Amino acid sequence: MAAITLIEAVNAAMAYELEHDQDVVLFGEDVGKNGGVFRATDGLQKKYGKDRVIDTPLAESMIAGLAVGMAAQGMKPIAEMQFMGFIFPAVDQIFCHAARMRHRTRGRITQPLVIRAPFGGGIHAPEHHSESTEALFSHIPGLKVVIPSNPSRAYGLMLAAIRDPDPVIFLEPKRVYRIVKHEVEDNGEEYPLEACFVDREGSDITLISWGAMMHETLQAAEKLAAEGIDAEVIDVATVSPIDMDTILESVEKTGRACIIQEAPKSGSVGSEIAAEIAEKAVLSLLAPIGRVSGYDTVMPYYRLEKQYMPNVDRILDEVRTIMEYK
Amino acid sequence: MTTTTVASFEIKYHQYLDASGKPAKDLPKFAKDMNTMRELYRDMYKLRVFDAKAYALQRTGKMGTYPASLGQEAIGIGYGDVMTKEDVLIPYYRSTGGLLKHGVTMEEILRYWGGDEEGANYSVAKEDFPICVPIANQIIHASGVAKAIQMRKQKRAVVTEIGEGGTSEGDFYEGVNVAGIWNLGAVFFINNNQWAISVPTDIQTACETYAQKAIAAGVEGIQVDGNDIIAVREVANYALEKARSGGGPTVIEAITYRLCDHTTADDASRYDDPKVKEEAWKNEPLVRLRKYLEDNKAWSDEDEEKMKEEVAKEVEAAVKAYEEAPMPGPEEMFDYLYAELPELTKPQREAAIKRGAK
Repeated sequence: MAAITLIEAVNAAMAYELEHDQDVVLFGEDVGKNGGVFRATDGLQKKYGKDRVIDTPLAESMIAGLAVGMAAQGMKPIAEMQFMGFIFPAVDQIFCHAARMRHRTRGRITQPLVIRAPFGGGIHAPEHHSESTEALFSHIPGLKVVIPSNPSRAYGLMLAAIRDPDPVIFLEPKRVYRIVKHEVEDNGEEYPLEACFVDREGSDITLISWGAMMHETLQAAEKLAAEGIDAEVIDVATVSPIDMDTILESVEKTGRACIIQEAPKSGSVGSEIAAEIAEKAVLSLLAPIGRVSGYDTVMPYYRLEKQYMPNVDRILDEVRTIMEYK
Repeated sequence: MTTTTVASFEIKYHQYLDASGKPAKDLPKFAKDMNTMRELYRDMYKLRVFDAKAYALQRTGKMGTYPASLGQEAIGIGYGDVMTKEDVLIPYYRSTGGLLKHGVTMEEILRYWGGDEEGANYSVAKEDFPICVPIANQIIHASGVAKAIQMRKQKRAVVTEIGEGGTSEGDFYEGVNVAGIWNLGAVFFINNNQWAISVPTDIQTACETYAQKAIAAGVEGIQVDGNDIIAVREVANYALEKARSGGGPTVIEAITYRLCDHTTADDASRYDDPKVKEEAWKNEPLVRLRKYLEDNKAWSDEDEEKMKEEVAKEVEAAVKAYEEAPMPGPEEMFDYLYAELPELTKPQREAAIKRGAK
């Protein structure tokens, strides 16, 4: 297969499952004829028909609730929320039903569904189009929250999400939808959920991130290398439930940790990772845990977007401070 | 200015038995079968006894909050009677009648309200949903299930129920709207018992009927006397047949009166007018059906006594089974959360088991 972008990988994975599993059905507003506002579902209705790639009326709670009902019948719905900022009307259905159905029926009714949403800032979008509220979903038991950072992971993790027997919130970092290309073999091979990826091995500090921020984090790691700081870089990928074993193993090796996220700092996925490190690896730490994040503010309109978002310099500053502890 | 009417709509009201139990018009065939009618009477009576027992269990600290169906028995028993086992019921908290008719056991219902998730692990009605507590979410679930059924070209219907207050929620419209667009085989029952806890219908809506809310979604809306089991069963049968045969969705507003508190945690005397309630008692579904049966020489005082004894035994047996049901262990908090428990949560499970109820 030719090199493809992250969004093309999402498309390819959904196409693979539509092709191979008749229970897979895809729906949302604009996903059919228009192929999605970002083109994530481009061409899928044409190939798989209006019965399996379905344009719905505009109603987010309905889109999520429909997925709950269909999944209860053993189908594998993939529901699109056009932007994560619009997911809030659907939260009732996701939290109260998708997340709890297996539990409250003792496994009698399950929810093998995927809710996709483009998320994060950096594309000069209007208000409510740039949120990074993965922590909200990570807090809810019964959900899995998956965030790919690059095309090959988007392909493999999307396949795993569709095949997973439980509800998966699949958040696509739209800022990096098209900035890198990977050679991705369209062979239906999934990547494991609940598993971190070690993208760069290092011995001095562990940089932990996910989604679009992985790109700044990897760039920062290269710059740190030039300064003689050997950073290990971890892509968390599944931010709930988190593979803490990989993170703890790394921190125990390097003795230092810095978590990089786009979301607001307080009560976040980064907070949870920091707390786990503090609980289980504090005696391995040579320095306080660092966090580089968005601010505890509303995501600003795009004139201040760059000032809100963590960048390579902010990561470097934080890492240099952590490295001062000897 | 030229003004023309571009669309007009009407809502039909259905009633067969008036409050005195007299036929208001020609009865459907099933209503002339006294065995069927006796059975329906017994089912409604059983629900009333079950509710009273559930109330007593709550009042004596043996069960949690419970919503009774007093005065509204004809709705769940009516639609439940025409559901096949292949149909799917998506209940709300006052759907006890429908659940019982569709095969959910009294013990299961007691266990659910008694605080044990095992109560929603229905042994018979395997595809029925657990009771939906958040208001109106279930309307969309019904459309989702109906969509799956439609995609698989099955001839099955989906029934869901909601209070009239629930129709003020967005999910009600969203669920009915999509059912209309896709012609889904779903039946949406509105239990219009006049009260959403303490809020009466004139605060709930400016609509003349709740059934007309279907019209905005392009769906057929019907109003029925919800205290008339013959009418409820008849319109339910019509809507279910329509759903199974590809005729699309129906919204049915069943008009009744909540003769009880909203739940065991409510005190309706704070807001309900005793005079209105007294009138409503004259209109309730059991006394009406009993009169009809007696007029047809199909019920006697002896039948009543015999039924009371049998039902009491049946309900007591369910209560005994409930009281003897094993307590859930702490592992049950963890074991059904995901198909496979996350690594991060496994130590919590072990700790909870070790700690037990200490």
